Amino acid sequence: MNDVWSWQRAAEALPPILEGFRITLLATVVGTAIAAVLGLLVALVRRSRSRWVTAPVGLAVEFVRSTPLLVQLVFVYLMLPSVPALVVGCVVLGVHYATYMSEVYRAGIDAVPRGQWEAAKALDLPRTRVWRAVVLPQAIRKTLPGLGNYAISMFKETPYLFAISVVEMFTAAQQFGGRTFVYTEALTMVGLLFLLASYPTSLLVRRLENRLA
Amino acid sequence: MPETTAPRDAAPSGTVPAPARATTTVQGAVPAIEFQGVVKRFGDNTVLDGLDFSVAKGDRVTLIGPSGSGKTTILRLLMTLEEADGGIILVDGDPYTHEIRGGKRVEVPEKRRRAVRRRVGMVFQQFNLFPNMSVLENIIEAPMHVLGLTRAQATVRAEELLDQVGLADKRDARCTQLSGGQQQRVAIARALAMDPEILLLDEVTSALDPEIVADVLGVLREVAETTDITMLIVTHEMQFARDVSNRVLMFDHGRIVEEADPETMFTSPTHERTQEFLRAVLGD
Amino acid sequence: MSDNLSTLRDALPRLGEGVVVTLQLTLGGAALALVLALLLGLGSRAGSLWVRGPSRFVVEFFRGTSLVVQLFWLFYVLPVFGFRMESLACGILALGLNYGAYGAEVVRGSINAVPQGQWEAATALDLGPVHRLRRVILPQAWALMIPMLTNLLIQLLKGSALATYILLHDVNYFIEQLRRSTQDTFFSYTVGLLVYFALAYVLTLGMNALEVRAKNRLGSGPSLREVLRVAPVPATTRGGAA
Repeated sequence: MNDVWSWQRAAEALPPILEGFRITLLATVVGTAIAAVLGLLVALVRRSRSRWVTAPVGLAVEFVRSTPLLVQLVFVYLMLPSVPALVVGCVVLGVHYATYMSEVYRAGIDAVPRGQWEAAKALDLPRTRVWRAVVLPQAIRKTLPGLGNYAISMFKETPYLFAISVVEMFTAAQQFGGRTFVYTEALTMVGLLFLLASYPTSLLVRRLENRLA
Repeated sequence: MPETTAPRDAAPSGTVPAPARATTTVQGAVPAIEFQGVVKRFGDNTVLDGLDFSVAKGDRVTLIGPSGSGKTTILRLLMTLEEADGGIILVDGDPYTHEIRGGKRVEVPEKRRRAVRRRVGMVFQQFNLFPNMSVLENIIEAPMHVLGLTRAQATVRAEELLDQVGLADKRDARCTQLSGGQQQRVAIARALAMDPEILLLDEVTSALDPEIVADVLGVLREVAETTDITMLIVTHEMQFARDVSNRVLMFDHGRIVEEADPETMFTSPTHERTQEFLRAVLGD
Repeated sequence: MSDNLSTLRDALPRLGEGVVVTLQLTLGGAALALVLALLLGLGSRAGSLWVRGPSRFVVEFFRGTSLVVQLFWLFYVLPVFGFRMESLACGILALGLNYGAYGAEVVRGSINAVPQGQWEAATALDLGPVHRLRRVILPQAWALMIPMLTNLLIQLLKGSALATYILLHDVNYFIEQLRRSTQDTFFSYTVGLLVYFALAYVLTLGMNALEVRAKNRLGSGPSLREVLRVAPVPATTRGGAA
């Protein structure tokens, strides 16, 4: 058993992994924040009546959504050598997930009953007020579970940052494995850490979904 | 005469002190259907509370009463779409979902349930035809895979039935291409293809346009005349009930409040609830 | 620019090879994922806890541990336990397990979405549970599943780009090759992203065609020919009076 798994090696791998975990969390939080804001902007822009606006934005969204995050990360990293890798990582994660979030926002906005719009119109509220005070608060409630689920997805995709030399949790394990030539303990622990972090969180999001439904 | 509801037993549900074998009617034949002390609850709502009644072979029984009175529940219990919380149901004298063994109420294993279930057929309010199969395929599916008929045998029977319900030319049509009335007639053919001893009809015309109702009822009248299938009917169509049934049971809050032949029931009901109900439905 | 284009033209055979590898990973992974999704999705609905428990565990396990970790674990750690697997098999296995687990939830949800009346009609006809699933429920659930499975398929395609890092010469690998020959990062990556975009588009079209066919089989939509307007709509059994 000792050449397949070594508790000592596992103990040695843990500190760098936990260091990396902080970066993982940071990237997830910043990326989700960017995605949440940018996604809303995109959803609002796509409601424009003008084809000159919606067509290019639509195409760009489809393009970013359908192409690999991994390739996008390396692309931007290579194109902007002076920007720190972590910044590139957070921004690309944010932009990539903004395309998913824009769909969630769209669905949330569409789900606000027509009657709300009509009542606001009857009260002669200005457009911005209608959005700020009536529509968005209702729409965003519906988007919270989606936002939660995508945050969890993003958390599980932070390992892609290994390709641009950001030492998050997975890269830390990989580097440890590269140094010691044994990947077993490090990779297994990282996998379990992802599971331990994401599963309870996903249950919480599901509970939130049921509460809001 | 078949029994009416006994007054509520003091015994708790789950144990039935009554006899474990089927009782017999005056004629000495085993009843087609027998409920002994059947209890059914939905959450806090007790729909059936120790119901006893029986149906003889060849009987055409219409169940009437307000919604929530338990009529549909009885049909669903007979089709094992619901399970009783207490009491025993017997079909042809055989225990259906539960039986008494050694003084305790136990579940009947699935294999024996299936053998009993095979004798019961049902036509639903929402037709429930299988959209991924053609009309013919809907009708031959169960005879082939449950009764073991060959495709040829099942097809012959299916075509006979389609002819009988007047839809011979629709045999290869997709079910969604048919009107509601046509779909319901196919559903009747599908149920009959299994040669059931007992046919359950759950408000089969309630989802149809009024002009179409007559066609479907016509088919059912013919079935009633040309076969001796035991029929249990839940319907609002009082004229149909009068024409086809030999017994009418009025239900209220899970109990039979009155029972009579159709003529008596509809022209001179004795129980107050029945009078109220019929007045509301028939607009007397 | 014309230099870049001519370099690209010369490199087309290698691009072709890269596309083949990417498609092998994607379609192979998708096939495995579909099988697993069906098994685990049905298992999650089983009556017996002995089946349901492990199914749900496997689903949550492969959903919860990241795809990247799974891939590299199979590549670096599995050999330690004595299993030598070549890279392509590793890739297909990782993609299949991960997306199979996500697919299981889609399968489970779609089966639950089939109208209650269908289950009841099957019971009324005394169809056995396996027969009912095979002939009544799954054909209807399939039409409901396809849009969500399409999403997963595209994610699977995107995930296949990882294969470069386990020494496979897929499209992602080609991008690096092109970059080295043209010395133009922007050009190479744009070409690469466009290739992935095109692959995603074609796969989506394929799934849409499947959906049209599935809906047609249920009688709730036009046939594929009618949609493409290749064949004239035949004047047949459409509607009818009572």
